[in-house]
Amino acid sequence: MDLVCPAGNLPSLKAAVDNGADAVYFGFRDDTNARHFAGLNFTPAKMEQGLRYARERGVKLFLALNTYPQPSGWERWRSAVDRAAELGVDALIAADIGVLDYAAEHHPELNLHLSVQGSATNYEALRFYHQRFGVRRAVIPRVLSLSQVEHVVAHSPVEIEVFGFGSLCVMVEGRCILSSYATGRSPNTYGACSPASHVEWRETPAGLETRLGGVLIERCGRGENAGYPTLCKGRFQVGGNTYHAIEEPTSLNTLELLPQLRQAGVAAIKIEGRQRSPVYVAQVTRVWRAALDACERDPAGYRPQPEWMSELSKVSEGTQTTLGAYSRPWQ
Amino acid sequence: MRLSLGPLLYYWPKEETLAFYDRIAESPVEIVYLGETVCSKRTLLRLDDWLALAERLAAAGKEVVLSTLALLESEAELKRLRRICGDGRFLVEANDMGAVQLLAGRPFVAGHSVNIYNGRTLGLLAREGLRRWVFPLELSAETLAELQRQRPEGVETEVLAWGRLPLAYSARCFTARAHNLPKDDCQYRCLDYPDGLTLSAQDETRFLALNGIQTQSARTFNLVTEMDRMRELGVDVVRISPQSLKTETVIDLFHRVLQGDLPAAEADARLRRLMPVGPCDGYWHGGAGMAATEAAVRSIG
Repeated sequence: MDLVCPAGNLPSLKAAVDNGADAVYFGFRDDTNARHFAGLNFTPAKMEQGLRYARERGVKLFLALNTYPQPSGWERWRSAVDRAAELGVDALIAADIGVLDYAAEHHPELNLHLSVQGSATNYEALRFYHQRFGVRRAVIPRVLSLSQVEHVVAHSPVEIEVFGFGSLCVMVEGRCILSSYATGRSPNTYGACSPASHVEWRETPAGLETRLGGVLIERCGRGENAGYPTLCKGRFQVGGNTYHAIEEPTSLNTLELLPQLRQAGVAAIKIEGRQRSPVYVAQVTRVWRAALDACERDPAGYRPQPEWMSELSKVSEGTQTTLGAYSRPWQ
Repeated sequence: MRLSLGPLLYYWPKEETLAFYDRIAESPVEIVYLGETVCSKRTLLRLDDWLALAERLAAAGKEVVLSTLALLESEAELKRLRRICGDGRFLVEANDMGAVQLLAGRPFVAGHSVNIYNGRTLGLLAREGLRRWVFPLELSAETLAELQRQRPEGVETEVLAWGRLPLAYSARCFTARAHNLPKDDCQYRCLDYPDGLTLSAQDETRFLALNGIQTQSARTFNLVTEMDRMRELGVDVVRISPQSLKTETVIDLFHRVLQGDLPAAEADARLRRLMPVGPCDGYWHGGAGMAATEAAVRSIG
């Protein structure tokens, strides 16, 4: 299984390459990708440097172009596809049917991956993208159980990449507009969920309040850590109870499932976190490289090492990790 | 413009559902979308029941469209989808690309959970057989105007104009979670919430509605005052989403505005009383979805 690691800037890209990534994914510095954050992503010059650095070390580069252009933005996305083809990236990760269609028609040599933002949870959908655009790999949403992943892989016409570690979306990616409901901006339209431009932090007598688009997402008492107010990870009231009504602020960590994912025929493991620091990228890549190598050497004897788990929990959101939908404790 | 009734997004007892559609048969909606789109565990009406209902509504003069599941995870769900797509008697609304794959080459409708954000996507799907598309919920009237200019010949445009907005889908069931129940033993708690279970912020602002694996807006999206603009934009079908409270009255008010028999502002004021929480229309105006324009706010008073 390949290890696909995130890079929000050149130092992160180098960290991923140096610590054992098989491929690194990155994006242009605009709303054509789903990590459109201030100060993040690559200018053309940095991208050239990154490409050279990765190429010299035999690491692949995937370009994320995985938001949904509207007519007013179409030219920007189209030229981004052209630039990706000129750069000669090893794969273009796209979600929008129009973008995939354009890329397949104008750049038939470009290797296409379906982004997780393409919301493909079943093999019939994967057949569509494969037959129409020649997509070769798909990243599947973080909502499927392990047995469902196995079933998709068994029937899929394309390679399957799954998320192994990082922030966890509990909603089907590409189909969640909670963020734009509160702020007017969503991953689909703007390339960011719960954008920082719409976040407010306020000390109040009731505690530290964090708001998104004016909506109270979290209120923390003394001694509690206030996390970033990602909409679905707030504490809300339902039926008189106040709790994480949608999801707790935890990270996905599937280290212990590696032998099963390998057995299922999963082609690659994706690490989330282009918005995270080069230190995060280095630590996570190092641990996952060691784990993948150990699993490859001896799948039957593979056990996640305690030091891997503790390394990873240090950099996890909310410092807790979960197997997410793969194990479904809530099922 | 014609009026449609979108699929029933909630889980109601069988008798209530059947009685509801008996009333719909008498209502002025021309198109009725039928079927379970949210959760495959909701089986009080089985596929055969939906098909029988479809026959009855067709006999009553309605154009019936079979609507399909938005989130397809299991083989059982795909099997059911293949039966719907293969039935052949009715037009089918695809709510996932898996359904588009099964329907390609024949006429079909694409629901709002199929992301059609630009003209190139619309053009490609039209070549696959797209006959009608539902405009994505988070896009604005301005974007619709541009998309309408690029719309291929023979493709109709449908816009949701009434209802709580479906905002997200998950493998998890949030209604079961609210009751500390696992999904496999959810005890069909959705039956207790005919319009979804309202979720509030800690300051008690009513924000979202939990509808099983679907998360909706607490506020009701309402474009009754925008129907002239929709007509100018060449919208063909105006969709009303079912709710437990007086859907027939909602239909009637929209119908009268369409006929020119009732001023939109008056319909708006009356519709306000039929919303579980209040209005929103921000997406249509290019803002945050939960925003309500002044007209919408005025009607609260």
